[in-house]
Amino acid sequence: MDQLLLNPGFPLLSALIFLPLAGALLLLPLRGDGACRSVSLAVTALVGLLSLLLLAGFDRSTAAFQFGETHPWIAALSINYTVGVDGISILLVLMTALIMPFCVLASWSYIKVRVKTFMICLLVMETAMIGVFVALDFVLFYVLWEAMLIPMYLIIGIWGGPRKIYASIKFFLYTLAGSILLLVAIIWLYRQNGYSFYIPDMMWQSYGSTAQILVFLAFFLAFAIKVPMFPFHTWLPAAHVEAPTAGSVILASILLKMGTYGFLRFALPIVPDATFLMMPYVLWLSIAGIIYGGFTALAQQDMKKLIAYSSVGHMGFVTLGIFLLNKQGIEGAILQMVNHGVTTGALFLCVGMIYERTHSRELSSAAGIGTYMPVFVTFLAFFSLASFGFPGTNGFIGEFMILAGTFQYDIVLALAAIPGAVLAAAYMLRMLQKIIWGGTDNPDQSWISDLNRREIVTLAPFLLFVLWIGLGPAPFIALMDESVSALLTNLQAHQAETLSAVSWLRP
Amino acid sequence: MEGNLSSLGFIPLLPLAGALVLGLMHLATCRGRLISERIYALVGCIGPILSFLLAVNVFFALQALPAQSRFLSHQAFTWFSVGELTISMGFLADPLSVLMLLFVTLVGSLIHVYSIGYMAGDPAFGKFFSYLNLFLGSMLILVLGDGPLVMFVGWEGVGLCSYLLISYYSEDRGNVVAGNKAFIVNRIGDFGFVLGMSFLFWGIGAEGFDYLSLKANAHLLAPTLGITVCLLLFVGATGKSAQIPLYVWLPDAMAGPTPVSALIHAATMVTAGVYMVARFSFLYAQVEVAGLVVAWIGIMTALLGAIFGMFQNDIKKILAYSTVSQLGYMFAGVGVAAYSAGIFHVFTHAFFKALLFLGAGSVILALHHRQDIWQMGGLKNKLPITYWTMLIGALALAGCPPFSGFFSKDEILYSALAGGHTGIWAIGVLVAGMTAYYTFRLIFVVFHGQPRDREVYDHAHESPKVMTLPLIVLAVGALFAGFLNLPAIFGGHQQVSHWLAPSLTEVHPHGSMATEVLAIGGSVLAFVVGISIAYRRFAGGAEQPVFTGFRKFAYHKFYVDELYDTVLVRPYRFVGQAVQRVIEPYVTDGPVRAAAWLYRMAGLAFKVIQVGYVRVYAIYMVIGLSVMSLVLSQSLNF
Repeated sequence: MDQLLLNPGFPLLSALIFLPLAGALLLLPLRGDGACRSVSLAVTALVGLLSLLLLAGFDRSTAAFQFGETHPWIAALSINYTVGVDGISILLVLMTALIMPFCVLASWSYIKVRVKTFMICLLVMETAMIGVFVALDFVLFYVLWEAMLIPMYLIIGIWGGPRKIYASIKFFLYTLAGSILLLVAIIWLYRQNGYSFYIPDMMWQSYGSTAQILVFLAFFLAFAIKVPMFPFHTWLPAAHVEAPTAGSVILASILLKMGTYGFLRFALPIVPDATFLMMPYVLWLSIAGIIYGGFTALAQQDMKKLIAYSSVGHMGFVTLGIFLLNKQGIEGAILQMVNHGVTTGALFLCVGMIYERTHSRELSSAAGIGTYMPVFVTFLAFFSLASFGFPGTNGFIGEFMILAGTFQYDIVLALAAIPGAVLAAAYMLRMLQKIIWGGTDNPDQSWISDLNRREIVTLAPFLLFVLWIGLGPAPFIALMDESVSALLTNLQAHQAETLSAVSWLRP
Repeated sequence: MEGNLSSLGFIPLLPLAGALVLGLMHLATCRGRLISERIYALVGCIGPILSFLLAVNVFFALQALPAQSRFLSHQAFTWFSVGELTISMGFLADPLSVLMLLFVTLVGSLIHVYSIGYMAGDPAFGKFFSYLNLFLGSMLILVLGDGPLVMFVGWEGVGLCSYLLISYYSEDRGNVVAGNKAFIVNRIGDFGFVLGMSFLFWGIGAEGFDYLSLKANAHLLAPTLGITVCLLLFVGATGKSAQIPLYVWLPDAMAGPTPVSALIHAATMVTAGVYMVARFSFLYAQVEVAGLVVAWIGIMTALLGAIFGMFQNDIKKILAYSTVSQLGYMFAGVGVAAYSAGIFHVFTHAFFKALLFLGAGSVILALHHRQDIWQMGGLKNKLPITYWTMLIGALALAGCPPFSGFFSKDEILYSALAGGHTGIWAIGVLVAGMTAYYTFRLIFVVFHGQPRDREVYDHAHESPKVMTLPLIVLAVGALFAGFLNLPAIFGGHQQVSHWLAPSLTEVHPHGSMATEVLAIGGSVLAFVVGISIAYRRFAGGAEQPVFTGFRKFAYHKFYVDELYDTVLVRPYRFVGQAVQRVIEPYVTDGPVRAAAWLYRMAGLAFKVIQVGYVRVYAIYMVIGLSVMSLVLSQSLNF
């Protein structure tokens, strides 16, 4: 697992990382909003196409990091620019690269002021996000992890809604505060590993158990805030509500996945013993998030808030799957990360489309809009069904795998998780029913037009993935299978030791 | 042991494809250019009719096989894998599923044809047929699925279609509320279904999660787990098939168009729960307790439905409560392990109840969407075909020999009596009498006597052929379907029971001749008493009674809806509101806000000393220097 297959040919990963940045530079001298939009779309689309080459060349039979590149960066501190993808990160890289063009499309008419600045922010975001998923050097990871906050802060703070300042500062400070201890942990690991920041080297070492627990806690704080896990989620609804559509999509589809990716990439392999010790607590916290998110979503009047709280619940399922530490759970969790990216991203796009027409995110002002937007509500219905795991959609497969893994681990835990699925149906249907039919006091919407061609093109690929993963998820699981198996084999090797060494710590 | 039959996959696929095509046609044209109703009708009916023909073909293919190896299956594609277990989208045709298949596709096709007439002129004609096709496809997946998971796909699919179609006339807020109620109540039931399925998977699913593997491994299931699984699955059935305590959604579901009430909320979807229990007969047969619970809930629901049915004024509501009541009979049947009797009642009920609903639809359309029976009267001359066909349906429902309902109901009551469940039998006979009463109350008030509203009466006219033809076909079914399972006492061979035997784990009680005569005598007596009372009260043209006392209580359905609202719905909303208004801002986000507040306070505190005047800073400097020199002098010991 700790090997890096170098890529002698075209540096594909670097191209994916730096192309958006180059695009941002290209935008600088441009004049005219139209040109900025077109160039951004072209760049993000190119990155999306290039990411397919990644898929074509990916070897599914190995758990090693592929497409590897390594170059010295700050030699004095042995910091390198090292990147590579494995089965855990490839789906996330692909998802990021493929969603970004649609974020540009979704901003086409939504963003009317400072278009150039906005597009630059989006492109810089893309560089940082792809970088985070492929970084194999901890400093590179940390720099990109923090760098991401700035464009996002600007996206919310400049193009956001009425309480944009409150939301952007809360987002920035909350996530920044979480990452401070991560840096401390990184430096400690650096000193333990012969002054190397190379991530695969840090994995599967025998650190002392107290140290492991401390490192785990540092990781946990950073990643749990990012996910966000209950009760660290309060920045999320504020940020979502105020962010423009593209910001919400990026936040929900990609940014949240970094937390769960962090657990998989760092917590499990670097501090496996601590992971085993903490596993029950994290599992129950996940359940709490599923239920809490569901109940809160039920009471929302603001569509974006509703979807934001539903994310808390869905991401609870993901962390549940990860910390089951069995194959169904982890594979289900990775699939569910992709599912949530597709479905929730699409739902935010849908809300954005309503907002562009009614200039309101209130459920009551969208009541009965379905009468005038039949094509739109057809899309919306599919995404809502996928969101609560209707069989035949992607959400069903992910949730089913995670629940199957939960049953295998502990039946009580599984019984506690299932009410979350019922709640999800209740709040999604409440929204759907209101939007499609509404009540007797529907506002007059006869002037509202249905989706235009650009909007249909924006939503259609999301629907494709909802049904594809829902009916034939095998190719997606095949991509991650080898890496997950290797991760679990290594984990099991550590399990026996932990249980005997520190059994007194177990609850 | 089993053969492959690839045409199985096409049976659900054809209506699903129809739904897709119709849906796209509707979406593409809903902004102006309209497609003629003829094209929609043609596309809409092709799928169901072809499915029916394929189903007949499957039936003959199955019949050609020896009785014990009547299994045909088809794995359409690999769906997904969980660990070592691979789940396929697989379909299974065995005697049980094929029986269901035949009447679902037949009744489904007839109702599609009927809808061409009933829905004519509806602005969303294409959308309606798209939903109806989608429903039929889902129902066929439910019936044909080769394991609980594939069944679940159909199970949820039919629930969704039911929801969409109940809310179809969405201009009326009440209809949307009814749709929501149906979906949420069903979701509660589904919760039980999912749990039951999960426990089953956890118990014996590892070796294969299709019916045949599960049946082979059923003996490995621990008894307590077996009871748990059976009861939880039954919770799912109470939702979908409207049993106590989850029956409340079905009467409200009558808000949908009448063909929908006939197809989904009478003939097919609501019987899914009975089908499921029969499908899992190998589990229920192992745990008698679970069966008893099913039987008692069933017979109590039958009683409750009949009581409510006696006091309704809306023609569709009467039929809806009758459906609740008849479904109760079916559960009483499968509960006392008479699975074939229960399924046979599902089969005959599909014909006569679809017939009654379609007849009611014909009346409603003739009277320009009036549904109150007290505005009708004397319609038999105006609507002769509707009257005669509905009369056949009513006789079948009321259990008049030799109409189909008599045989199937009698089979259930006989099984209960012969199995020693005298209480269930006694209540069953009582309900049979009540059924005869409320059914003929409807017939007499609507069709006999004098017209109550002259103007309405004068404008009434018989429905077009496209609607009356399905009525006639269904009437033939309602009349003769009973002979398919004629018991030995009438010189029959119980063909349906024998046909179903390989699919069911059934113990046939051996009752004496006396038992059989007692059962038949009880049923006939109940029918005669019920219809006589109805005749005396209503045949001569009664006026709408004012309900008081118990009747008022029953008219208001024992106030169960209000009770549920107070005890269940409001607390649920309250928790949501409490989390949103109190816990989220003050508890969860509290520490974060407190930290931010502390920072701000600290900032304010320090702001006080930053006044901006040079003279103040000069004083600070003096103080600072003094303190420093003091400290220095102390530490250096000057």
